[in-house]
Parts: sequence; C-alpha cells; structure tokens
Amino acid sequence: MHELSFAESTLELALRHAREAGAGRVVGLHLVVGEFTPLEPTSLEFYWDRITKGTPADGSHVTVRRVPAQLACADCGATCDARDETWVCRGCGSSRLRMTSGDECFLESIDVEGAAR
Amino acid sequence: MTRRVEVVEDILSANDHLAAQNRERLEAAGVFSVNLMASPGAGKTSLIERTAAGLGSEMRLAVIDGDLATSLDADRAAAAGAQAVQINTGGQCHLDAAMVRRGLEELDLSQVELLLVENVGNLVCPSAFDLGTRTRVLIASVPEGDDKPFKYPGSYHSIDVVLLNKIDLLPYVAFDVKRFLHGVEVLNPSLQSFLVSCQTGEGLEAWFAWLRREVAGMRAEVVR
Repeated sequence: MHELSFAESTLELALRHAREAGAGRVVGLHLVVGEFTPLEPTSLEFYWDRITKGTPADGSHVTVRRVPAQLACADCGATCDARDETWVCRGCGSSRLRMTSGDECFLESIDVEGAAR
Repeated sequence: MTRRVEVVEDILSANDHLAAQNRERLEAAGVFSVNLMASPGAGKTSLIERTAAGLGSEMRLAVIDGDLATSLDADRAAAAGAQAVQINTGGQCHLDAAMVRRGLEELDLSQVELLLVENVGNLVCPSAFDLGTRTRVLIASVPEGDDKPFKYPGSYHSIDVVLLNKIDLLPYVAFDVKRFLHGVEVLNPSLQSFLVSCQTGEGLEAWFAWLRREVAGMRAEVVR
C-alpha cells in the first residue's frame, strides 16, 4: 500500500511549510487529488492519525478535493466524460481524445496556529 | 487564531527531487534507462531475459530488480548475462527514487549502456513514483483483458511505451487489440507500442530495434 508513502510525504511537506511560516501547529490540510490519481483518500486517513502522533500535526484534519477526470476532443474541442468507457467524442465521433484533468496530486494549503517555539 | 498558508506543492515532490538526481546521473553516464511496470505475471522478468539474450552481445546491460522479498528475479536476470542488483522493498508495493538510488550505488555505470529497472509487480502503485529513468514502459498481457486502460487509467497514464505481451494467446482470448491500444493512446498521445510474445519471440525484434536506436541516441548525446 503506497498510501503510507503518500501520508508520510504529505506530513513532511506540511511540517516544512508550517516551519517556514513560523507556525507552531498544523490543524488542517487541503489536498487536491485527481480521479485518475492512484490514491485512495480513505486509506490515507487511516495512516494519518498514526504517523502524526507526537508531531505538530497531531490531531489535524485532512480534506481531499477530488478533481474529475476530463478528456477533451482534439478535433472539435468538446469535453468528454472519462467514465464512458468507449473514449470516443460524443460531439463529432473522433477518437482523438486527450486527458485534460484528473491526474492532480498536490497539497494546496495548510491551516496553522500559534508560533514556532 | 487559525491562518491559512498556501502550499501548492506536489505531494511526491521529495521523490521527484531524488528522481531528478537519478536522471542526471544516468544521463551523464550515457545510460539509457527504462522503468518496467506491470501486473504480477505479465512477463517483466521474461522480457528482461529475452532482452538480455537478444541484445547482450552488442551492448552492456544492467538490471535493478524490485521485489517484495526474494532475489529470484535478479538471479534470472544474472543468468541471462546482465549485471543485476536486487532491491527488496520489504513489503512496499512499488519502487521509489531513493531505492533506485541505492541500486545505482551498486552498479558501475561506466560499464552500462542499457539499464532495465524491474518494478514491483503491481498495476496500481508504481505509476505514481518517478524513478528518474529516461523511459517508462508498461507491460500488459493478453489474459488481463482489453479493458485495463479504462479501468486503471492512473496506471496507464504517463507512460512512454506499452508492450502487449502473450499475443500468442490472442486466438484463445476475447481481446480487442484496437480497443486496448486506443485506451492507452488517449492517455499517452506520443505512445510507442509493441505487440510481442516472450513465449514465441514474435514481435520482439521491433522492441530490440527500438532499444538499439534509443541506446545509440543516448551515446551520441554523451559524445557531443
């Protein structure tokens, strides 16, 4: 399960940015994860409490914004639903579709409190 | 008082940073490197054996082998004539850039022209972790079914090459090659694809020819 690696990387990133901002505690994290990103947010939460114990992010809450996967037609520009498994443009029938969103995986912001000791 | 701090940084940026260092090191040494990803049993080790047998007499090959616990695959690669390093991931479902860096430490890169990194057999996780290789190759196999790019788009996304293995089974399995390739191409517009059978050897010559071209191109870059 790579959710543990993701969780550890997320924690590292959050603590670094909190430190740089001179904050004492991280109370909230806001992640953006695409629908096509191989990450299961619920398993991330499972690890979160465990790995944050005793860190400045202990007790913090993680929110995940999922970005829907979108395919755009290279011929007519229409946007297509990636869940329709044929991956053919409904507008013009072209099969030249390109992925335009859905592979995001970043920490957008953190909520912090207090001053660093 | 709670305040919000804007971050906007990729979650795996630490891995990406290490991957960039691996990439620099490999490129400086003129090594053409490949990250081989696939489900368990799709044919990663067979492809490495075939590739070592097919190209071993004309170029120096090394293999970094990611596995959960054993050195079976590295043994097979070494038996086929490649310099082989085993990395046991200790239960991790994927290789990451730090593990590959440890693997690189054990190789004499000045004696390597083609490096094959065999990722852990898993279709979902490895795709998220850049290792620093020049190319990302996904091996799919006919028995897995033609719907996999649609079901696991995250895994089929951001690859450079797809090899469809076990094409000798096409007469016996309902597998629409066109549908499969369409799915992978939508996710990767500049995709290279090869249809092969590591069992019969069919199609492998095109894969070898492609590797020869890429390895030669890499050498030319270093000479310049």
